[in-house]
This record gives sequence, structure tokens and C-alpha cells, in this order.
Amino acid sequence: MTQATTALGAKEATPYVDDVIQKFVIAATFWGIVGFLVGDYIAWQMAFPVLNLDLEWFSFGRLRPVHTSAVIFAFGGNVLFATSFFVVQRTSRASLFGGAAFGNFIFWGYQLFIVLAASGYVLGITQGKEYAEPEWYTDLWLTVVWVSYLVAFVGTLYKRKEPHIYVANWFFLAMIITIAMLHLGNNLAVPTAIFGGTWWRSYEVYAGVQDALTQWWYGHNAVGFFLTAGFLGIMYYFVPKRAERPVYSYRLSIVHFWALIFLYIWAGPHHLHYTALPDWAQTLGMTFSVMLWMPSWGGMINGLMTLSGAWDKLRTDPVIRFLVTSVAFYGMATFEGPMMSIKAVNSLSHYTDWGIGHVHSGALGWVAFVSFGALYYLVPVLWKRKQLYSMRLVSYHFWVATIGIVLYITSMWISGIMQGLMWRAYDSMGFLQYSFVESVAAMHPYYIIRATGGVLFLTGGLIMAYNFYRTIRGDVRTEAPYEAPATVIARS
Amino acid sequence: MDPFINGLRAFWGVWVMVFFCGIVLWAYWPKNKATIESYGRIPLKDDENEER
Repeated sequence: MTQATTALGAKEATPYVDDVIQKFVIAATFWGIVGFLVGDYIAWQMAFPVLNLDLEWFSFGRLRPVHTSAVIFAFGGNVLFATSFFVVQRTSRASLFGGAAFGNFIFWGYQLFIVLAASGYVLGITQGKEYAEPEWYTDLWLTVVWVSYLVAFVGTLYKRKEPHIYVANWFFLAMIITIAMLHLGNNLAVPTAIFGGTWWRSYEVYAGVQDALTQWWYGHNAVGFFLTAGFLGIMYYFVPKRAERPVYSYRLSIVHFWALIFLYIWAGPHHLHYTALPDWAQTLGMTFSVMLWMPSWGGMINGLMTLSGAWDKLRTDPVIRFLVTSVAFYGMATFEGPMMSIKAVNSLSHYTDWGIGHVHSGALGWVAFVSFGALYYLVPVLWKRKQLYSMRLVSYHFWVATIGIVLYITSMWISGIMQGLMWRAYDSMGFLQYSFVESVAAMHPYYIIRATGGVLFLTGGLIMAYNFYRTIRGDVRTEAPYEAPATVIARS
Repeated sequence: MDPFINGLRAFWGVWVMVFFCGIVLWAYWPKNKATIESYGRIPLKDDENEER
């Protein structure tokens, strides 16, 4: 079903396909909570291994890909579908190519992919490639869905009435194309059935270090294009929209886009420092990672400076607070990442909890926060409500989740650096000073702090879901305006 | 292939860099400023009745 709305500046109404976006918003909220919950459960498992219940389906090795896929592909993916379909229709002033039927095929096709992938992990069906765990048949199905997504997106751009393609769409399109390329490149596999084995398993066509390099070319660009370029598309639309002012510098956004695209694709080898990968390739990966400082910080400055002259909105609008804080976390995580890619730093940080902390400052602080901001914007717009059920609940969500992130990343810094230092400590006789299990025991308190942070982040997600439920029902909470201007307080 | 073309191919990194510098020059060329910055207003020209 399409809803006709009047486009300002256009001669006639543009019927936007919005009900499929509503579905993506609900799915994103649902999968987000599932992903946070599984993540926190395995975080408690790290502190208390008895929680794996001695059952293979609950073991850390099987639940971890459920967590990563649920938050990245199920939560993040549904957010990207929702926002990209919303943005491409609005900024093109054209309805979705293929209409609601095609949109619904993409929606249900993508949910089927998620269920196929996650149920496989729990049952032990996996390729064993990080963030690319689904087996060959799930990969093939995702290819069908993803190409449909590309067709719908490009088709909508092709129909556009606005002559210029707005920069957010460049980021979304780069994400769609690059993910297609990465997915096909990294998942070239042959079912073992052809060699007399089962249909549930496959052999990769690459072996050894070629396989490792292909995997991290995929893995890092999943971060670079799925979790960065796609969500920068969200930033470039929803921050200006919510702040009601154009992006700080459109010229900077052009340079930001091309610099990011040219540099990111090379950074993968930094995941393979001090391995069998040739030294020059490691140095290449490190160099490009360090160069990524420039586009990352250029983009961060562009996002933050959009607020210039309207900083008071940070105080009065919790949704803007989510969006702006996400950009600040983006800046922090993209400072930390290049630093950790430097080989000397990596020799300390690699394989430790520092890496986990770094990923989560990006994933929780940047990806999830910019998603929350966009979802809080979208729900009242899509369901045609005057406002959210409660702005105070948005603010509670913000603070609970922020404290959760701070607990998470600070505990992992301490735990990770301690772990790295313990592993490399020698005594006066030249023997390793600590056994591995001593480092595990030392991390116990930090695992509890981290898992507590996770509880807070999950609580924030539940607050958001409740707020959406009441908003969609059409309720408005009786509450004082979030923050009265200072002058009014002074007078009363 | 033509050895001349092959010689050019060897320097592909330089050509990509030149291409990128061209984009930066174009984006920051003073005459283009007004046009390019006007694109920033595209999201704000959306449907007024959907504004919150």
C-alpha cells in the first residue's frame, strides 16, 4: 500500500512506499533486542562458564555468531534497509522502484536469511569465517535478496525528480555495491557433497594465507562499508533533518565520501599482523588504516559542525543527543582503530579484550546510537503521530545506554591491556612470567563489569521498544516539556 | 597488450591519486561553491507535513 503525501516544491504528490519501511523498523527493534540479549548472555558466560548449561546449543562458540550476526546483519541490516529506503525516496522525490510488492519481497527475503543463518549457527552449521559464517545455500539466498535491494535502490534513483543525487545516497549505494562484491568474493565455496560429503558443509576455494587475507579483506570492509559507509548515509540525512539545518559543508562531504571509498578497501591486512601474511602486505594495511584518520575525522567534523549555532538542541532534544553522541563515538573509535593497526601497538593489543572493547565503542557508540536516533525520528513520521510517546524515556534510554557503553569500553581497556602485558611478561630467567590461565583469572572482575554494562545497554533497548509501542498506539505521555528554557524557569 | 598501455597501467596508483585530487579541486573550486553547497538543502525540502 502506498501513502500519498504532498511533496513541497514538487508539482504533484509523490506516493512514497512507507509501509515496508515500517516493517523494517519493527524488525530492527526486535532483532536489536535479540542481539543485545544474546550478546549479554555470552558476556556473562565469559565470567561464569557454567551458563553454557553444558549443552552444545548454548556454548559460546555457537552463540557468539548468533550475537554478531543478530546485531550487525539483523539489527544493523534492517536499520539500513529502513533508512536507505526512506532517504532515497525522500531525497529523490520518487516512490520506491518496484513498489510495495518488491519491497515486501526484500523484507521477507532478508528475514528468511537471518533465520536460516542464526538457526544454522545454533545447530553447528557454519563456514567458520568471522562475520561470514552462513553456509553456501544461505549465502546464495542472500545474494538474491541483496541484488533485489540494489535494483530497488538504483531503480528509485533512476526515477528521481531531484537532479542531484544527495550525498547520503552515495554512501548507501557504495555500501550496497561493496557488500555485494565482498559477499561474493569471500564466500566462494563448494559443497562437500560433490566430494562425497554432506550438503550442509562446504570447502572454501582459497586455502592458507590466501584464505586469511580474503577473509579480512571481507571482514574489515564489512566494518568499513556496512557499519561505516551505510551509517554515514544515515548521519548525512538524519542529523541535518533533525537539526533543521543543512550539513556543515557539502563540499567536505564529497571529499569525505571519495577519500573513504579509496582508502577503506586496503585496510584489511591489519587484522593479520605478525602472521604468515607477507610483511609488505601487513605494512600496506597499516599505512592505509592510519591514512583513514583523515576521512574519518573529516566526516566527524562535518557531522558535529552541522550543529553549530544550534548546540542548545543537545539539551532540549534527546534524539539529537543520540545522533550527535554517535558521531562523537565515531570520531573516538576511528581514532583508536588506526592507532591499534600500527604494528607496535598491535603487538600488544591483538587477540586481547582491547579489540573487543574497540569494536563495541564503534558498534554501540556509533552504529547503535545513530540507529536509535534515526529510529526515534522515523517512528512518529512513518506512523503519522504528532510526537513520540515520551521524550523523557528517550533521555533515560540515552543515559542508561551511555553508562553501559562506558562500563563496557573502560573495563575492556583495562582487561585487554593487562592481558597483553601479562602474555608478554618475562622473568629474570627469560621464562614467561604468567601461565595463560592466570591471565584468564585476572580478567574475571572486568568480565562482570562488561556484562553489567551490557545489561544497561539492553535495558535501554527495552525502553526504546516500549516507547515505540506506545507511540504507534497513538499514546502521548503526560510530562513536562523535556527541558524548559532557562528564562522561563527564572521567571516562575 | 601494447607495451605503452602496460607502462601506464603500472602507475595505476598515481592515476587514482590524480583522479582523487581532481575531485578535491572540483569540490573546492571557488566558482563551484554556491552550486555544491545548495545541494545540502535537499533533505530540508522534504514533505513539510511529515516534519516533527
